[in-house]
Amino acid sequence: MSLHTRTAVTDALYTVRGLTKSYGDHVVLDHVDFEVRRGECLVILGRSGSGKSVTLRQLDGLEPPDAGSILFDGTDIAHLPERDLYPLRRRVAMLFQSGALFDSMNVFDNVAFPLREHTDDSEEEIAAKVQEKLGLVHLSGVEEKAPSDLSGGMKKRVALARSLALDPEAVLFDEPTTGLDPITSATIGSLIRSIQKDLGVTAVVVTHDLALAERVGDRLVFLADGRLRFTGGWDEARASQDPRLADFLAGREEED
Amino acid sequence: MKRRLTTTTGELALLTGQAFAALVRPPYEWNLWLVQMEQIGVRSLGVAGITTIFTGMVMALQTAYSLPSLGIKYYIGSVVSKSVVRELGPVLTALIVGGRIGSGMTAEIGTMKVTEQIDALRSMAASPVKKLVVPKLVATLVMLPALTILGDALGILGGLFVGVFQLGLPAGLYWNDVLSTLTLGDLASGIGKSFFFGYFITIVGCYNGLTTEGGADGVGRATTNTVVLAAILVLISDFFLTKLFILA
Repeated sequence: MSLHTRTAVTDALYTVRGLTKSYGDHVVLDHVDFEVRRGECLVILGRSGSGKSVTLRQLDGLEPPDAGSILFDGTDIAHLPERDLYPLRRRVAMLFQSGALFDSMNVFDNVAFPLREHTDDSEEEIAAKVQEKLGLVHLSGVEEKAPSDLSGGMKKRVALARSLALDPEAVLFDEPTTGLDPITSATIGSLIRSIQKDLGVTAVVVTHDLALAERVGDRLVFLADGRLRFTGGWDEARASQDPRLADFLAGREEED
Repeated sequence: MKRRLTTTTGELALLTGQAFAALVRPPYEWNLWLVQMEQIGVRSLGVAGITTIFTGMVMALQTAYSLPSLGIKYYIGSVVSKSVVRELGPVLTALIVGGRIGSGMTAEIGTMKVTEQIDALRSMAASPVKKLVVPKLVATLVMLPALTILGDALGILGGLFVGVFQLGLPAGLYWNDVLSTLTLGDLASGIGKSFFFGYFITIVGCYNGLTTEGGADGVGRATTNTVVLAAILVLISDFFLTKLFILA
C-alpha cells in the first residue's frame, strides 16, 4: 500500500498520552500513547477485545479514561463534563458500528438532525444539504425510507452522510465494515477513502478488518491486550519484529 | 439491574435534577412535548376510562350489598365519589397508565441505548435528557393529572349507573349526595398525588432505559423492572402523600 501518498502534515489533531482504562479488574487500556495528525487516516488495528473501540469512544468523550490525557487541538478533553464536550462533538463526528440511525425518524430526518440541532438553516437549506451529503455517499431516493427498510450497507452509508452533515474536521469510524459482505465492505472502504481525501477530513478507523485497514490507512496503531504494540506506517509495520503484529498481519493463530 | 440501592437512589435523584434543569433551559421543544402528550395521554384514554368506570360501578355495588342494614344505599354517592376522587381514581390510573407508559419509556430508551442511538445523540452534541426525558416528563406531568380528572368523573358516573339501574336509586339523590359531600380539597388531594405518581413513573421509566445493558434480554429485564418499581413507588408514596394531604 505504499501507493498511498502521505500528506506532509505533521501537526497533531489528537495527542493521546498514558491512556488507561479498566472495567473492574480487567485492564482494557494500559498507558497507550499515540497521536492523530491532521488530514491523515489513522487505523487502530487489533483483535476483538483489544481495547480499540474503547479508545475511539474516549476520543469523542463518550467514556472518560481512568488516567491519561487526550489533547484535542490543544485542549485536554479526558475529564470534561458532558456539556463542555459539545464544542468538540460539533467538530468531530462519530460513525457507530451499527450505524445508530434513529429508528423513529426516516432517512431525511436522520441526516437533517445535526443541522436542525446546531444550525439556523431554513428547511430549504437543510433539504439541499441533506441531498448533498446523501450524494457524497452515492445514495438518492431513499429520503422517505425508515432505517429498518435499509440494508446493512445502506444504513452505514446513511450514517456516514449524517456524520458529515456539519462538515466535521474529523470522523471517528467504529468497525465500519462489521456485518457487511466483502463487496459492500470494499465499497464502504473506498467511500471512506475518497471522502476523507476529497473533503480533507481527519479520520480514525477502528477495525480488525485488515483489507479495510490497508485500503484506507495512512498509518496504523496496533493494540493487543490493552497495550500499544506498534505505531507507524505500513512499510514499517511489515518490517516490524513484533510477533503479535506479524501474526495479525499474516492472519496467523497466536501462540499463547 | 445489579446496582446497589444507594447508587440507584442517588442516580435517580441526579437524573431528576438534570431533567428539571433541562426542562427550564431553552430552547423548549414543543413539538417533541406534543408528540409525547399524544403518546402518553391520548392513547391511554381507553385503559384509564375502563379502569375507573368499572371501579366506580364495583364500589357502588359493594357498598350497597355489604352494608345493607344501615340504609347506606342512599349514601352511595358520597362513598363512591369520596373514595374515587381521593384515592382510587389517582392510584388506579397511575398503576394502569403507569404500567403502560413506564414500560413504553424503558423499552424505547433501552432499545436506543443498546443500539448505540443514545451514544449517537451524545456524539452529535445533543442531550438525551433534553431530547428524551424532558418531553416524557412534561407530557406525564400534564396528562396523568388530566387522565385522573377524567377518570374521577367516569368513576362517579359508573357509580351512578349502578345506583340507578341496579339499586333503583333516583339519579337526583345520587348527584345531590355527590355534590354536597365532595369538596375541592378532595379533588386537590387526588390531583396532587397524581403529579407525584407521574414523576415517579417517568423518572423510573427513563432511568431504567438509560441504564439498560446487554441487548434484547437487557431491554426485557429493564422493562419488567420498571413496571414493578413504578407500581411499588406509587403504592408506597400514596400512603405518605395521603398522610401529608390529610394533615395539610
